[in-house]
Amino acid sequence: MDTFHILLMAFVSIVIVNNLVFTKFLGICPYLGVSGRIDMAFGMGMAVTFVVTLAGTLTWLINNLVLVPFGLEVTKYICFILVIAGAVQLVEMYLRKVFPSLYESFGIFLPLITTNCAILGLCLFIDLWQIDSFIEAIVLSFGAGIGFTLAICIMAGIRENLKLADVPQYLKGAPITLITAGLLTLAFMGFAGMIK
Amino acid sequence: MPTNKTISIGDTFLAGLWRENPVFRLLLGMCPTLAVTTAVKPALTMGISVLFVLLCSNIVVSLMRNLLKPHLRILMFTLTIATFVTIADLFLKAFLPEMSATLGPYIPLIIVNCVIICRAEACASKNGLFISIIDAIGMGLGFTIVLCILAAVRELLATGAVFEIPVMWKSFVPWAAMRMPVGAFITLGLMLGLVNLISRKKA
Repeated sequence: MDTFHILLMAFVSIVIVNNLVFTKFLGICPYLGVSGRIDMAFGMGMAVTFVVTLAGTLTWLINNLVLVPFGLEVTKYICFILVIAGAVQLVEMYLRKVFPSLYESFGIFLPLITTNCAILGLCLFIDLWQIDSFIEAIVLSFGAGIGFTLAICIMAGIRENLKLADVPQYLKGAPITLITAGLLTLAFMGFAGMIK
Repeated sequence: MPTNKTISIGDTFLAGLWRENPVFRLLLGMCPTLAVTTAVKPALTMGISVLFVLLCSNIVVSLMRNLLKPHLRILMFTLTIATFVTIADLFLKAFLPEMSATLGPYIPLIIVNCVIICRAEACASKNGLFISIIDAIGMGLGFTIVLCILAAVRELLATGAVFEIPVMWKSFVPWAAMRMPVGAFITLGLMLGLVNLISRKKA
């Protein structure tokens, strides 16, 4: 029961309290770029969730089983980015073979996930927070993906309504999206301090 | 044609500063822009680190542009960038340990900074060494300047000081929100609006 409690807290914390987009500014580029329509945003969120879970798990294993015992921490960043690029390539190949329709609908987003800072950021944060338990690393990675999906879907929902709003001419497009994001972080700040 | 060449070099350099400014115009490299601009000092360190990595990766990519296979291109760019980021990170850890602790994971995150990959793809993999270097310096400086302006506004309103030197009057009440994520998003949003206003007035 105690382990379950810790894992649940870790999950809630990464989804809501320490949401990567709202508190760590990670994954802002797709967050601004792909949040125009809610179905695309959801697809992107799902793809990121899948890759981040895979990448977070793999980098934890590599870091703790290979790099640390052999004293190769210097090559940490190069290894992490290789794992992420490899994971994205794998997902791309698998989807093309097994779910061609899903692959078509993702289109350009799949290769772009490699340079999504949320994924590398999460791998680095897992390393920084010194997560010792393997299960907790998996839960955190999955939670980070869900948190990203949540953030990008909320944003897409707001932007669909924003199209009908009368925005000042010079603030149209990116500026108003950033200001909206600012107001959203203000809302999410209400959760701060709920869990340490 | 010497004059033509000078114009194109100056043009490449100035493009990064205003016309194709990575943050204001291309909306690239948003994560560090928002995350490290709580004060001018970390913003300046970040800007210089990005400038260094951008310069080195542009040089290397430009030198090996004829050897690159199309499907392995992005991977090679990322690996080159990761190598130089590791160098920058170790340098900061050794000589500026406090700054390194403040910036934390945002230094390794330069690897996935879209500005650098975008310049490698759009400029260095197509142009010669000299143009690539000029482009890297222009883009890097443009990025650094934007980071510093944004950080100066936020630091001024959050603490009443710039570069840790107090400049506001005594009864000034600091806006704590400016140091938080809210301040970053809203300041950048308003600044983009201002840039739109200025560039449309000019046109």
